[in-house]
Amino acid sequence: MANRAVGAHPLTSPELAVGPALAAQPPAKPEFLIKDSTSQWADRTFQFAMLACGLTVLLLVYLIIYELTTKGTLARHAFGWRFFFQSDWDPVNDRYGALSFVYGTIVSSLLALLIAVPLAIGVAVFITEMSPRWLRTPLAFTTELLAAIPSVIYGLWAIFVLVPLLRQSVQPWLARYLGWTGLVEGPPYGIGMLAAGVILAIMIVPIISSITREVMTAVPQQQREAVLALGATRWEMIRMGVLGNARAGIWGGIILGLGRALGETMAVTMVIGNRPEIAKSLFAPGYTMASVIANEFSEASGELYLSSLVEVGLALFLVTIVVNVLAQLLVWSVTRGTPARSHV
Amino acid sequence: MTLKASQADLSVSLWRRAIDLLATFAAGSAVVLVLLPLGAVFGYLVYKGIGSLNWAFLSQTPKPVGEAGGGMANAIAGSALILGIASVIGVPVGIGAGVYLAEYGRNRLGDLIRFTADVLNGVPSIVIGIVAYGIVVLRQRHFSALAGGVALAIMMIPTITRATEEMVLLVPTAVREAAYGLGVSRWRTTISITLRTAMSGVITGVMLAFARVAGETAPLLFTAFGNTYWNWNMNQPTAALPLQIFVYAISPFDEWHRQAWAGALVLIVLIVVSVSAVRLVAGRGMLKGSS
Repeated sequence: MANRAVGAHPLTSPELAVGPALAAQPPAKPEFLIKDSTSQWADRTFQFAMLACGLTVLLLVYLIIYELTTKGTLARHAFGWRFFFQSDWDPVNDRYGALSFVYGTIVSSLLALLIAVPLAIGVAVFITEMSPRWLRTPLAFTTELLAAIPSVIYGLWAIFVLVPLLRQSVQPWLARYLGWTGLVEGPPYGIGMLAAGVILAIMIVPIISSITREVMTAVPQQQREAVLALGATRWEMIRMGVLGNARAGIWGGIILGLGRALGETMAVTMVIGNRPEIAKSLFAPGYTMASVIANEFSEASGELYLSSLVEVGLALFLVTIVVNVLAQLLVWSVTRGTPARSHV
Repeated sequence: MTLKASQADLSVSLWRRAIDLLATFAAGSAVVLVLLPLGAVFGYLVYKGIGSLNWAFLSQTPKPVGEAGGGMANAIAGSALILGIASVIGVPVGIGAGVYLAEYGRNRLGDLIRFTADVLNGVPSIVIGIVAYGIVVLRQRHFSALAGGVALAIMMIPTITRATEEMVLLVPTAVREAAYGLGVSRWRTTISITLRTAMSGVITGVMLAFARVAGETAPLLFTAFGNTYWNWNMNQPTAALPLQIFVYAISPFDEWHRQAWAGALVLIVLIVVSVSAVRLVAGRGMLKGSS
């Protein structure tokens, strides 16, 4: 009761102070209500500010699409779809075709996947299902450290360590035993498609294995117990109970790795040889879409030249978008409904 | 009869056990094969880098070809300038977008922004470079630190946004309700209560985004462009550590190769120290979406 009286006092006191002439006016708003209305205004401003930040994300993607489509118009008009099916890249005569870059990008990325996928799944299986508990976090952390190394440092390492290694031991060996396939023949330069594939593989292992780990931990424990209860060995349990259920998500991880490999620039540029040629042998130098932009964009004289490079960028952008969205959907199909888990 | 059956069982189980062992061995060797290049990269960086790392490297600008000595001091400073610009642009916008998604984004617009941020995260860095070239370099008519900073900011934003959203969502609703109950307005609650509670996680997200762009080279090639002299003007071409490493690595000079290794060592130390420090400080299990 006493509290109520005290609380009511500031409300009633202004009324007591006003004279009879002013009594008809509504009483002045209590202080806390006034404050509330200003804070409503502030609330709305704050929400708009945050909304503006959120819309910036949309704006950025819009800007990317706008810049790429408008600046690539010239090349699109000049070459049309032929642009992607011609392989002559000739700045002197102003004729451009991106086929050899598309080829180089696809071959180097697929080669990288071929090497990286078994390794990444092996790592994920070992960390989630086989390793002793105390080793899990350090192993996960260490493999993810691979993702923290900048591309340019991988490139540096590849030039001075990986390429000589390939040239001196791996390539002669491959040529001797697999030369009959025609895929690994010719002079062992070291630099070339094979080096690009290997360095890309090292770079995409962490992303694939971290997604694989995530979807494997999303598989319910009961699945494992059920398979074990039927008398399966540990590997059979992993194969049937875990990998089988996580398959879609693992595909998602692989495709996400592909997306990374397609757009990777520096390390590839440093070791692939940068020659716009389509060669069957993996020893031969090649060129990728990202590398040609990196090497020639700042020196491109002539509008058609620049426009062609932007067109290559647009193609790269669209392909990586499609690949990433597909991967995201696949990963969601497995992890949906399970609580969010840490990568580590 | 019965004896035969049990013998058959035993042999099958031996076979299966052998496969099991083989699988374990294969997975174990995959781990070794993946850790090998990691060890090799770090080993070579330290082995080759330490020898070339000296005070001159950290305090001088590059010498012309053929002259020994010189360093990458201007590139380190340039990287700091570019990363500073990127952070000033990218961090507030990223955090703001994350707050929007967590606090107001339970609707279709929120879903769209969330999806777009994930798309932006997957855009190749070289493409971001083209865009920064278009919106900054072409307007200014020359390469600049600002253009490099804008390119890196665009790369930081989606990472920070998603990390912030996740961290803010972890804050229990009861904490917000307690603040509302005390008469604190919504914006004040968000800034002083929710964000404050999520702060360590948000800082982690920011640092990881920072570490990710600190080593980026591709978007700087035709935005910041590089420079062999000191530059503190953000409207001028500026050197950056990763750019300098790239230029030196593909050059034919031994002296420059040595400097590239030293530069790489400096860069990796900066990145690994920031990433590991953040992981230790921020605690485990709060770092989703960071890779």
